[in-house]
Amino acid sequence: MELLIEVRNLHRSFGELRAVDGVSFQVAPGEIYGLVGPDGAGKTTTMRLMCGAIFPDKASGGEKSLIRIAGYDMTRQTEEGRAHIGYLPQRFSLYEDLTVMENLRFFAEVRGLSQSEWKPRCMEILEFVGLARFIQMRAGNLSGGMKQKLGLAAALVHQPRVLLLDEPTTGVDPVTRQDFWQLIIRLAGQRAGEGIAVFVSTPYMDEASRCTRVGFMRAGRVILEGKPSDLRNRLAGQILELRGSPIQLLRRVVERDEYVETALMFGDRLHLRVRQGKDQEVIARLERQIPAEGGEINLLRHIPPQLEDIFIALLDEGSPQG
Amino acid sequence: MMNEEVIVTRDLTKRFGDFTAVNAVSFSVRAGEVVGYLGPNGSGKTTTIRMLLGLLLPSGGSAQVLGYDIRRQSEQIRLNVGYMSQKFALYNELTVRENLTFYGGVYGVRENRRLDEVIDLIGLSSLQRARAGELSTGWRQRLALGTAIVHRPKLLFLDEPTSGVDPMARRSFWDLIYTLVAGGVTAMVTTHYMDEAEYCGRVGIMRNGSLLAMDTPSALKENALPGYAWDILPGEEGSFSLLPALAALEKCPCVLRAGLSGDHLRAITPAGVEAHELQTQLSQAGIQVARIEQVEPTLEDVFLALAGEKGD
Repeated sequence: MELLIEVRNLHRSFGELRAVDGVSFQVAPGEIYGLVGPDGAGKTTTMRLMCGAIFPDKASGGEKSLIRIAGYDMTRQTEEGRAHIGYLPQRFSLYEDLTVMENLRFFAEVRGLSQSEWKPRCMEILEFVGLARFIQMRAGNLSGGMKQKLGLAAALVHQPRVLLLDEPTTGVDPVTRQDFWQLIIRLAGQRAGEGIAVFVSTPYMDEASRCTRVGFMRAGRVILEGKPSDLRNRLAGQILELRGSPIQLLRRVVERDEYVETALMFGDRLHLRVRQGKDQEVIARLERQIPAEGGEINLLRHIPPQLEDIFIALLDEGSPQG
Repeated sequence: MMNEEVIVTRDLTKRFGDFTAVNAVSFSVRAGEVVGYLGPNGSGKTTTIRMLLGLLLPSGGSAQVLGYDIRRQSEQIRLNVGYMSQKFALYNELTVRENLTFYGGVYGVRENRRLDEVIDLIGLSSLQRARAGELSTGWRQRLALGTAIVHRPKLLFLDEPTSGVDPMARRSFWDLIYTLVAGGVTAMVTTHYMDEAEYCGRVGIMRNGSLLAMDTPSALKENALPGYAWDILPGEEGSFSLLPALAALEKCPCVLRAGLSGDHLRAITPAGVEAHELQTQLSQAGIQVARIEQVEPTLEDVFLALAGEKGD
């Protein structure tokens, strides 16, 4: 299978800090890969390495280190590789005084598109993101969602095969966010042409859950990788929802249970993660214990695990001191 | 006591020139509640909070906070509420303890015992001599919360409290909120994260300055959504099969809304529709389906349904 992003055994330290500590992943055309982790996990350093903005440390012994974008070695063929990268940073800059078309023309020319190429390409891309009707509007007068789409258009103007997105939909209106993700999935899902790979970096699980594959990053390493649906299956049967009253009593009872691994308050309910294979036992015990202590259960049932549950469970495994 | 209303707003409105930032918002919050105020950036959340704190005069309508009128008694309000802003106002050069001492001093709180209590509560005992600037984002959030509660406020406003932290830090922050609430505090929390709003007892949904709905997350899902939510996994792996499946789904007579969601499709149908109906309609369109399952609607589904109903 062709790979558009190939990263192997990547290391990069800043002084004592091992920002990226042995990272490997691969992304094929048609995939949307989400690199997910808290601020400081090494996501941005990884992206900068992928763009060739900084170079990796020499790998000492073991597997050779490698960053290939669309087949180009980013440590030696940086310029060729970059020509295939479209990048939408978290805070992208547009020229507020220029129109939509003028902005896009600017980015097209920076990317080296000729007179005859840029116009049809710009129209095509504006059509795709839904801004064709607004080409004469000044960028400064666009709504937040339209600016976001213009930013995406600018990142796509040179027809890159690899699209890098940094927290693309943080803080935007859910309606806009929905539109934006539909565009991304459409882009990745186009069978025509050579196909593209999308790489998303984000700390937010709801962005991660929209990717076709997810890598959880922590302290410079990718600690788990997989399709969202497969990852969720790892905790199948282990997540329970409990509603009832008084909620503080419910919480005390569940926290005492030896097979309840975590109990989390969610407004009017509790989410429990129970030890694998012990769910029926916990349910039976809670159904006895809570009424015995004067509490009341309104609902106790299995619910599907979320990516966040998986991430937390992983962190629990990784930190024996709790 | 528990049914005492600590916030009441009636048609609260704020205009800046031609722009209506907050448009006739009415709601009330009872003592002991955790109420979320959910909406995208620019929907009027922070403007509402600033009016409730008495920092910004409303253009219309009225509000009482802890029984005080926001126009005439803003000083009493500020003495009795705690406020944690999006950009925490911490002194990076001061230690954890010095930051708390400083904020305590502003409110006339000078007992060392209270400072110890707060440090203990926010879990920073071992770091009290660390400078605020050296702390991780998660710890800074806890310290910022500490500075907002040092004067024992009955009501807490938290403006986007957990941006940029990992789920673990977010969960432990919320545990802290619930501990405070169990001790008699009421909290109003603004957020633009749908999943964070799930932590709240009730959630108000803001869009373009209007409060579209306010209720418990489960009631919002039951009432604001016109039917069932479904996840549909196409038969063929990868994203290539999603677009034809989406096109087919959009043509199904029983589908109210269809969208793409990573490696699968999501659809909203009227209540009563069954999986085999969707299955049949898709296979008639030549689409292979690996799995169709009815799923819990999310607050995002609710938001999209409400936004669609009320238009732009």
